[in-house]
Amino acid sequence: MSQTELEIVVDDPTAPEDDSPSVVSSATIEIVVCLLLLALAATLGYDNWRTGASWDATGPEPGYFPFYLAIILGGGSLYGLIAALLARRAARETFVTRAQARRVMAVFVPTLLFCAATQFLGLYVASFFLIAGFMRLVGKITLWKSLLTAFVFTAIMFVTFDVAFDVIMPKGPLEAALGR
Amino acid sequence: MEAFGLLLHGFAVLLTWKTLVLMMVGLVLGIFVGVLPGLGGPNGVAILLPLTFTMDPTSAIVMLSCIYWGALFGGAITSILFNIPGEAWSVATTFDGYPMAQQGRAAEALTAAFTSSFIGSLVAVLLITFLAPMISSFALKFGPPEFFAVYLLTFCSFVGLGREAKHKTVISMSLGLLLAGIGMDTVSGNLRMTFGSPELLRGINFLVAVIGLFGISEILLTMEERLALRGHAAGISLRVVLGVWKDLPKYWVTLLRSSFIGCWLGITPGGAIAASFMGYNLAKRFAKEPESFGKGRIEGVFAPETAAHASGTSALLPMLALGIPGSGTAAILLGGLMVWGLNPGPLLFVEHKDFVWGLIASMYLGNVVGLVLVLTTVPIFASILRVPFAAVAPMIVVSCAIGAYAIQNAMFDIWLMLGFGVVGYVFKKIGIPLAPFTLALVLGNRAEDAFRLSMIGSGGTLKVFWSNGLVGSITTLAIVLLFWPVIDGLLGRVGWTQGARATSQ
Repeated sequence: MSQTELEIVVDDPTAPEDDSPSVVSSATIEIVVCLLLLALAATLGYDNWRTGASWDATGPEPGYFPFYLAIILGGGSLYGLIAALLARRAARETFVTRAQARRVMAVFVPTLLFCAATQFLGLYVASFFLIAGFMRLVGKITLWKSLLTAFVFTAIMFVTFDVAFDVIMPKGPLEAALGR
Repeated sequence: MEAFGLLLHGFAVLLTWKTLVLMMVGLVLGIFVGVLPGLGGPNGVAILLPLTFTMDPTSAIVMLSCIYWGALFGGAITSILFNIPGEAWSVATTFDGYPMAQQGRAAEALTAAFTSSFIGSLVAVLLITFLAPMISSFALKFGPPEFFAVYLLTFCSFVGLGREAKHKTVISMSLGLLLAGIGMDTVSGNLRMTFGSPELLRGINFLVAVIGLFGISEILLTMEERLALRGHAAGISLRVVLGVWKDLPKYWVTLLRSSFIGCWLGITPGGAIAASFMGYNLAKRFAKEPESFGKGRIEGVFAPETAAHASGTSALLPMLALGIPGSGTAAILLGGLMVWGLNPGPLLFVEHKDFVWGLIASMYLGNVVGLVLVLTTVPIFASILRVPFAAVAPMIVVSCAIGAYAIQNAMFDIWLMLGFGVVGYVFKKIGIPLAPFTLALVLGNRAEDAFRLSMIGSGGTLKVFWSNGLVGSITTLAIVLLFWPVIDGLLGRVGWTQGARATSQ
C-alpha cells in the first residue's frame, strides 16, 4: 500500500500525549461513585419510607416500589464499593491522564458557561459565542472562519426551530431588541 | 395475509411528497450523524428528536427511523475507510473491511457492507411485518400481572445475560427505575422524592437524560482520544456494485445464517453487538479456509453487517408489539411515541393502524432509498471527516441543548442534561452499562403501575404472578434468567453444558 492512496488525512495537533501522568485511578473513581450512589440510595430510601413503604388495604403504598429499589441500589453500590476496595491494590488502571483531563475540561467548561449564558442571553446568542469561541480558542481556527461558521450555524438553527418548526427556545435581550 | 393488505395501506399512507421529502432529509441527517466521530444511532436520534415535536406522529416516526437507518449506514463508512468503528457493533466490520480498503478494494467493501445491511434489515422487517401483529393480538389478552412479568423478564435478562459485571448492571438498572419514580405518583397522586423542589415535580424526563447520557458524554469521551485520522477516499462505480451483487448468491448461506442470528439476538435486549461478533465467528468457523479471515475477505464484511442490522431492526419488534424496547435506539423511539401522545403497547396495532403500518412500510422504503443514497454519495460523506472536531463539538452541544429544552420548555432540563452528561462520562469509564439505565428509566413507571395494579387486583399477594400458566412461566423464566450465570455454572460443573467455560471468559 502506498502513501498516495491515503486521501483523507486529518491531524490533531493538540492531541493528548500518550505518556501523560495519571491524575486518578479507576478504582478511586469507582469508590467515589459507589459512595455517592450509596448516599443517594439512603436519601431516596428514607424519603420513600417517610411517604409510606408498607402495604395498606388496597396494596402497596406509594413508597413501596421505590423503597425496595433504593435497597437494591444500596446493595449493589455496597458490593461495588467492597469489590473496588479489594481490587484497588491489585490493578492500578488509569481513569484519566492529565493531558486527557485538560482536553475534557476544554469542552466541559465552555459547555457549562454556555448553559449559564443561555439563561441570560438566550440560547441563540449563547450558541454563537460557544461555537465561535470554541473554534477560535480550542481549535485554533482563524477568527473569520470561526465567526462565520458560528453565525451560519446559529442562523440555520434559528430558522429551522423558531421559524419553520415553531419550537421556541429561551431568548434574551438581542431577540427582544429585534422584536422576536 | 391480512398483514400484506395492511402493509399496502401503510405504503399508501407513506407515499406523499411530504413524507418522502422527510424521509430523504432523515436519511441524509442520519448518515451525517453516523459518519461524525463521537455520534451514532441512539445519539443522533435523541438529538434530532425535537425536530419532530411539531409534526404529526406518522411523519415524525418516518423521519426518525430514517435517521436511524442513515446512522447505521454511516457507521459502516468510517469502519471501512478509517478503521474507526462508530458503534460497538461495527467493530467486527473493521476486521475485514479495513484490510479490503487497504488493498484498494474500498468500494467493494462498502458495497458489501451496505448491501448486507440492507439484506439483514429486510429479513428483520419481514419478520416484524408478520410476527408483530400476531404477538400484539396475543398480548391484548394480557392483564397487569402478565405485563409486569414481561417487564421483569426484560430486566432480569439484562442482568443475567449481560456481559458487564452483574452488580454494575444492577446499579444501573435500579438507579434508572428509581429516577423514573421521581415526581407525581400516577396511582395515588402522592409526590415522591421531590424534596420540595418544583422542578422535580415534573419528574426526570427520559429524553433529557438520554441526550445527556449519549450526546454530551460522548463528546467528552471523544475529546480524550487522539482525533487524528487517516483513511481512504472511495467512490463507488456502478460496475463494482454490480460485480458484488453478481457474487451475492454464492454467499447465501452466510447471509441467511447472519440474518437469523441477528433476528434472534435482536429481540433480546442489547443483542446487536453479540450478533455481529457471532455472525463473524460463525462465518469464519464454517469457511473452507478460516485463516484468510481478517485479511480482507468479503464474507468477513457480509457476516457481521447482516447480523448487526438484522438485530438492530428486529429490536423494534418487541417495542411495537409489547411496548418494550430491545435496544437503546428503540427505547428512544419509544420515548418519542410518548411525546407524540401515543401509548406504546399492543393496543397500538388496533388504535393507530396508520401509524404502525406507516412505520413498517417506511422501514422497507427507507432501506431501499438509503441503499441507493449511500452508494451514490459515499465520497461526499467521507469528506465530512475533514471538518475539524473543534467545529463539530460545539455544534453538537448546541443541538443537545435545543433538544433538551424543547421537550418541556424548561431551563432546568438543560442543566439536567449537563448533569447526565457527566454521569454518562463517568459511568462509561468505570464500566457501568448505560443501556439498562435507559431501559429502566423509560419503562420504570409502566412496570411499577403494572405491579401495583396486579397487587390491587390480587389483594396484595405475590401469588398472582404464578396464578396461571402464562404468567407463571414468564415469571419463572425471568427468575431463571436472573440467576442464569449461577445455574449455568452449576450445570457446567456436573458436565451438562459447556457453560462454565463460556461464563469464565
